[in-house]
Amino acid sequence: MKFQILRFDPDVDQKPYFKEYDIALEPSDRMLLDALIRIKSIDDTLALRRSCREGVCGSDAMNINGKNGLACITKVSELKEPVVLKPLPGLPIIRDLIVDMTQFFQQYHSITPFVINNEPAPEKERLQSPQERLELDGLYECILCACCSTSCPSFWWNPDKFVGPAGLLAAYRFIADTRDHATNERLDNLEDPYRLFRCHTIMNCVDVCPKGLNPSLAIGKIKEMMLKRAV
Amino acid sequence: MVNKQPVGAHYGWKDWMIQRVTAVIMVAFSVLILGFFLVYGRVEFGDWKQLFQNQLVRILALLFFLSVYYHAWIGVRDVLMDYIKPLAVRLSLQVAVCLFLIVCSIWTVSILWGN
Amino acid sequence: MASASSLPVRKFDAVVVGAGGSGLRAALQLSSAGLKVAVLSKVFPTRSHTVAAQGGVGASLGNMGEDNWHWHMYDTVKGSDWLGDQDAIEFMCKAAPEAVIELEHFGMPFDRNDNGTIYQRPFGGHSQNFGEKPVQRSCCAADRTGHAMLHTLYQRNVFANTQFFVEWMALDLIRDAAGDVVGVTALEMETGDVMIFHAKATLFATGGAGRIYASSTNAFINTGDGLGMAARAGIPLEDMEFWQFHPTGVAGAGVLITEGVRGEGGILLNRDGERFMERYAPTMKDLASRDVVSRAMATEIKEGRGAGPNRDYILLKLDHLGPDVINKRLPGIREIALKFGNVDCTKEPIPVVPTCHYQMGGIPTNYLAEVVVPKDGNPSVIVPGFYAAGECGCASIHGANRLGTNSLTDLLVMGKSAGDSMIKFIRENNTHKPLPADAGAISLARIAALDATTGGESVHAVGDAMRQTMQAHCGVFRFPDMLEEGVTKIKEVAERAKQLEIKDKSKVFNTARIEALELQNLIEVAVATMVSAEARKETRGAHDRADFHNRPGYVNGRDDQNWLKHTLWYKDGNKLDYKPVNLTPLTVESFAPKARTY
Repeated sequence: MKFQILRFDPDVDQKPYFKEYDIALEPSDRMLLDALIRIKSIDDTLALRRSCREGVCGSDAMNINGKNGLACITKVSELKEPVVLKPLPGLPIIRDLIVDMTQFFQQYHSITPFVINNEPAPEKERLQSPQERLELDGLYECILCACCSTSCPSFWWNPDKFVGPAGLLAAYRFIADTRDHATNERLDNLEDPYRLFRCHTIMNCVDVCPKGLNPSLAIGKIKEMMLKRAV
Repeated sequence: MVNKQPVGAHYGWKDWMIQRVTAVIMVAFSVLILGFFLVYGRVEFGDWKQLFQNQLVRILALLFFLSVYYHAWIGVRDVLMDYIKPLAVRLSLQVAVCLFLIVCSIWTVSILWGN
Repeated sequence: MASASSLPVRKFDAVVVGAGGSGLRAALQLSSAGLKVAVLSKVFPTRSHTVAAQGGVGASLGNMGEDNWHWHMYDTVKGSDWLGDQDAIEFMCKAAPEAVIELEHFGMPFDRNDNGTIYQRPFGGHSQNFGEKPVQRSCCAADRTGHAMLHTLYQRNVFANTQFFVEWMALDLIRDAAGDVVGVTALEMETGDVMIFHAKATLFATGGAGRIYASSTNAFINTGDGLGMAARAGIPLEDMEFWQFHPTGVAGAGVLITEGVRGEGGILLNRDGERFMERYAPTMKDLASRDVVSRAMATEIKEGRGAGPNRDYILLKLDHLGPDVINKRLPGIREIALKFGNVDCTKEPIPVVPTCHYQMGGIPTNYLAEVVVPKDGNPSVIVPGFYAAGECGCASIHGANRLGTNSLTDLLVMGKSAGDSMIKFIRENNTHKPLPADAGAISLARIAALDATTGGESVHAVGDAMRQTMQAHCGVFRFPDMLEEGVTKIKEVAERAKQLEIKDKSKVFNTARIEALELQNLIEVAVATMVSAEARKETRGAHDRADFHNRPGYVNGRDDQNWLKHTLWYKDGNKLDYKPVNLTPLTVESFAPKARTY
């Protein structure tokens, strides 16, 4: 199978370049990550992040044939050759397929990603009805792989100011949680021309999310909350 | 590196809403005018002038143009925010756009209600 | 390359190596106490392997029916095949409800009952009234409990301002002349720089080493780094022959299918469509303890009743639960079955095989997570400044076999316990013990050797040899001749691992170098496992020796007379030592060993 992989090692390379690989896959190499590990067994200089190899840790996000996705849950049989692999777009490349995700995590951290509840904790669990808990479905499952934010033109342009789809999904995860008492502060934090409103509903995030989540919907719901608060 | 990013300008939601509301006004007025053209077929200068003798039409037209200007202001401001990084230059350009749109607004009133 | 004395040093009250569940829980305790703590992690914290836990965390909340910690304790002791230390087990089972409630207060999105309490599902080996009937004890967030838990713990650490060193790999433990632990050396992956973390207290929360096996549910990062570091520093490894084979890994892919599937009503079938677990465990059936179910499955396959064209897997049927239950309680499983098993589990069964899943052994500790080693005739002398928790520690709560959901309970309770113990130690010993003059020398030498070696073998080739050897010689069923041969073979592989050659010489994010360093840790674990397994002449829990099946006079193949004891393996000369099992709980009466049936 043929691959074109963007390579860049700042230690030796002036600028990134594509390297071609033509390797024979084994029948057990079902996912793209299996293929990449086979390539790495031949050329150990290829650098990439990977861990759980089942799509829950979010390490091996990359740009696969022009679309962001997780290598470990992308079937090689469904890929057009040559498979063109690039690091996630919009973030600085550290090396090969590894990008510097500092800005992505800064945005995640900027939304105070923890439940805020200043009431004294009860002896037992805080009660939450199944319906209230249902509100968190589609929000808490985010694996922070950054496929969405790095496919978003608004994030490419303002990664320092626009929270991005992943961060906004997380923001709504806490707004939607009945146990969180900081809805107003959270809305205030996003009431800004950049942080929330740079979302122009392009929906690339929804298109690429490997977990099938819908950040656009969450963003819409944040706006709805703002409307509710204002009128 | 420390990157202190001030946030919370507190006008995001209002602008976002206004952009939607002005868009609706613009579409509604355009439909009205289009309807006028469809109903009347060939419209002469006289018909056009007569239409704008109607005070309600004038007010609606004013609303339409003000919507265009406000809508444009938010859009252009966002573009300036994205592309013009030095604060002084950005602010000057924003003031210029603002002044231009205010002049346009006054001009619009004078056209609609002038003779 | 810098010399050891010129290495940069940073001082912290506490250093936590590993940012999975136990590391984060300990860090939270330390940060909240106002201590200066550094958490080192090879990956961004939410990518740690705790994220992959699915089915739930065990705690006797009693939300679904009567339950109490004493029953939980009994199940855990019985599950451990009486090899677990009963003081540690009592400690964990008692602390479990509070640990879970705390997590809920931190914001963990548990599933709920109609009355608003946390939903609990049945799980293997968990019973009511000392083995009478299954109980619902597993608190879960759909089938993503580990994910929800890890994210919640990370979020809480963000709240507590814990300082993380992300993508730093710890290399070696630093001990002073007295043997006290004073910190670690670590490598920053992005730059290739080595630094010394000088600490008053050091916690290893580095997780397991399931990657010693070819077929494993474990992540690539589960390379036993803490165990390798400890072994090199002269600390023995306890009970390394006990590896849990999870009954339901997707055949061919190794990806985990939670026991929660069976908890919700899924059943195992052989090629004849027979629910064979009824024969092996009449009471608990498919919800028997994992070692029992894995052994039953392996027996079915061995005797030609496996499904598929090669009769080499078992079928996990859950379509009878209906799409509603599957989508609500097991959405992640549906996704995995579709992606890795090519089946829609709402319509067809999932092909599964027992797959290496969890390491019961580890760095020997007491229930306060203090590392303990034999010294001057005392089997458990504390190593000052050194702690271990989670899968890399061995308290020993799980003994010869861990119950499902107890891994998450363990990491919460032991992580917190480690944090508390460290706070106490730091308050009592509030100065840094001086670093030895050659601190860091070993780490630098290891890296220099990797950079200099030419004509050596590739990490991939040696790693493959290790994984195949372990799989073939030390799997679900173990045979005396195979184990003996395995010891010779794995020692050969260990020799080969001394001559690893990497082509990548870059300083920047050199993953080839990291994989080589990881393999050096894995190989220690592999040797420890094989040597310990060969030596233990009985069947107990997950250590199943074929030569002890149905041997008269041995209950379940167990030899309590001679082998009711913990193994301790030392790297130095592959020496084995043993220490007694603590059968005395903290407050209740001891559970004496007896026949184990489900």
